[in-house]
Amino acid sequence: MTQPLTYFKETPSQTAGPYVHIGCTPNFSGLEGVYATDLGTKMLNDDTEGTRITIRGRVLDGTGTPIKDALVEIWQADVKGLYNSPTELRGQADPNFTGWGRCPSDMTSGEFVFETVKPGQVPFKDGRLMAPHVTLWIVARGINIGLQTRMYFSDEEAANADDPILARIEHRHRVSTLIGTKAGNEYTFDIHLQGDNETVFFDI
Amino acid sequence: MSNQKPETGAFFQRDRNWQPDAYTPKYKTSILRSPQKPLLSLDGTLSEVTGPVFGHNLLGELDNDLLLNFSKDGQTPVGERIVVHGRVLDERGVPVKGTLVEFWQANAGGRYRHKKETYLAPLDPNFGGCGRTITDENGGYCFRTVKPGAYPWPNGVNDWRPAHIHFSLFGHGFSQRLITQMYFEGDPLIWKCPIVQSIGDKDAINQLIAPLDMASAIPMDSLAYKFDIILRGRRSTLFENRREGN
Repeated sequence: MTQPLTYFKETPSQTAGPYVHIGCTPNFSGLEGVYATDLGTKMLNDDTEGTRITIRGRVLDGTGTPIKDALVEIWQADVKGLYNSPTELRGQADPNFTGWGRCPSDMTSGEFVFETVKPGQVPFKDGRLMAPHVTLWIVARGINIGLQTRMYFSDEEAANADDPILARIEHRHRVSTLIGTKAGNEYTFDIHLQGDNETVFFDI
Repeated sequence: MSNQKPETGAFFQRDRNWQPDAYTPKYKTSILRSPQKPLLSLDGTLSEVTGPVFGHNLLGELDNDLLLNFSKDGQTPVGERIVVHGRVLDERGVPVKGTLVEFWQANAGGRYRHKKETYLAPLDPNFGGCGRTITDENGGYCFRTVKPGAYPWPNGVNDWRPAHIHFSLFGHGFSQRLITQMYFEGDPLIWKCPIVQSIGDKDAINQLIAPLDMASAIPMDSLAYKFDIILRGRRSTLFENRREGN
């Protein structure tokens, strides 16, 4: 016999369902008057440091059809590579940048859009720098447990080549599923839930 | 808030046997929305062990009161009045303090207030169906509402969702993020539901069923249900070979 090893089990996930907006972006769902604004719609203000960028994309199902009831959240560092979080102990992140955004996919086109800044580099555990990236979390009807992934930047080829996370992807052609494509100040990042172009999702 | 240094360890590996699979064909929508290639398993980095935190200035006075936060002229919604309360802990049993909890639900007739909702049960003019709160120093939270109704949904010909309340939790790091649903003790529909059955382990399903809590019921006013929520635990960083501040 030994002492019992007692840990709780993580509460099981359940799908966010088709009406996730009621709880997370009620104004978007037509439920107005409870919260003044939907949380996560604004990441920036006029004083935010860094290069303004737009991230635009869709979440596509196994037939290539854009999902119109998804909710996408992003989490990223500021221009200096610092997170606006109490668990960030390396320094004070830009107080004018939340680092967190939430966007429901458009009910007609399925598109999500984030107005943000390009993040700086954040160190990996061994001190090497990871390439600039944005973490994404996707929930929707039919998704039993939230999907986590990252978007890297197509104009950061050298940093991407040295990134310790991207280096862990065995099938090298799949790395491209994590790269947002730059056109002007806009990056396009479609998320494929299935198929030949299935996005690399993380268990992290 | 205390002056204690926040914990920054990576999170425990998620137990994918306990959590639902992505592909659960009896829940038809999952068939085309489930990744089929292996997940990339990695220990958390700074990008996952950090996460957004929301201050109390976010909250309105009625945000955790679904009886009043959509009320017209002080009238309350139709339905069984209930208090839902519990604690948010991590897998080590450590309270998750100061974290945002969002919840949403159908009204007592099983109807959601949403542009896309078409179920024939009526809307309740005094019920919106969303609320939020921030956990206290002990990880505790509470809100009051009406018990939601069951409703039919397009999956099988005659599938019904058991009464449930949706929950969204942040925790202290982005990889603790969780969305789930709370069910009610004694509801026979729980064991017939394809969404519930996306979870393979009966004990894991039981973790989503809130018991009736008469000790917290308010006499001549509201029944109560207790729902504790567990987020991923995080490792101690004491013996980890990391650079300063990382």
